[in-house]
Amino acid sequence: MVMQIIFLIVAVVTLGSAVMVVTVRNLVHAALWLILSLFGVAVTFALLNAPFFTVVEVVIYIGAISILMIFAIMLTRRTMQETGRSVNPGWWLAAFLSLVLFAGLLWMFSTWDGFSTTLPDLPAGVDQVRELGIALVSPNMYVLPFEVASVLLLAALIGAIVVAWERKS
Amino acid sequence: MIPLSYYLVFAAALFCIGLYGVLARKNAVTILMGIELMLNAVLINVIAFWRYRSPDQITGQAFAVMVFAIAAAEVAVGLALFISIYRRRNTIAADEIDLLKW
Repeated sequence: MVMQIIFLIVAVVTLGSAVMVVTVRNLVHAALWLILSLFGVAVTFALLNAPFFTVVEVVIYIGAISILMIFAIMLTRRTMQETGRSVNPGWWLAAFLSLVLFAGLLWMFSTWDGFSTTLPDLPAGVDQVRELGIALVSPNMYVLPFEVASVLLLAALIGAIVVAWERKS
Repeated sequence: MIPLSYYLVFAAALFCIGLYGVLARKNAVTILMGIELMLNAVLINVIAFWRYRSPDQITGQAFAVMVFAIAAAEVAVGLALFISIYRRRNTIAADEIDLLKW
């Protein structure tokens, strides 16, 4: 019961700040609401017994991605205080599509018999973080996807530098 | 205890809010924020399915690590593109970046 109340509070805060992210006009405020929303997601991971992902969410999403976004907002300042509309003329169509998708997802869930699966016990005596670390570097599990992901990150890093490079003419 | 349905409905709502942000907002950085919300909804789903359906296997967590890596790469390249576009055209409003439109 206590867990449910905690979950509901976290969900309401997360969804409320997500709505603020997509509706508020000032971009810096939107980035700050995004940080609150990401904190809610981190708490959700903690509720799901995934402490490693709670830390990763805080470090990568809140610590790196949100700060990067605030930098980008400040570097593109003219559009930050745009006086015109902040949404497209067809925003009602977007809202309609999102609601239709949400209703469709709910309908799909309701037809699935695993929808109300109750919480199974975690396997006893297993350190999840240790297991994950071993799985990511063991040759007969996920070492290849792991290395591909690191090459992708390196390529993204170099690509970002090349794209944003200011050529002095 | 919390059944799986709570997490699924929560993640679906977060995904749809993010989708609205992607489709409706004008500023390119806010579009990227919407994509972040959608990716977070996907992550909640992945970890919830791991926790409720196969907690004895590590596959779900390894999958979530990949999603994190993709999200970080996507944001880095996306923001670099917006800064480059801003330098050349002095705007990052999505409806003014219409070079490919004819």
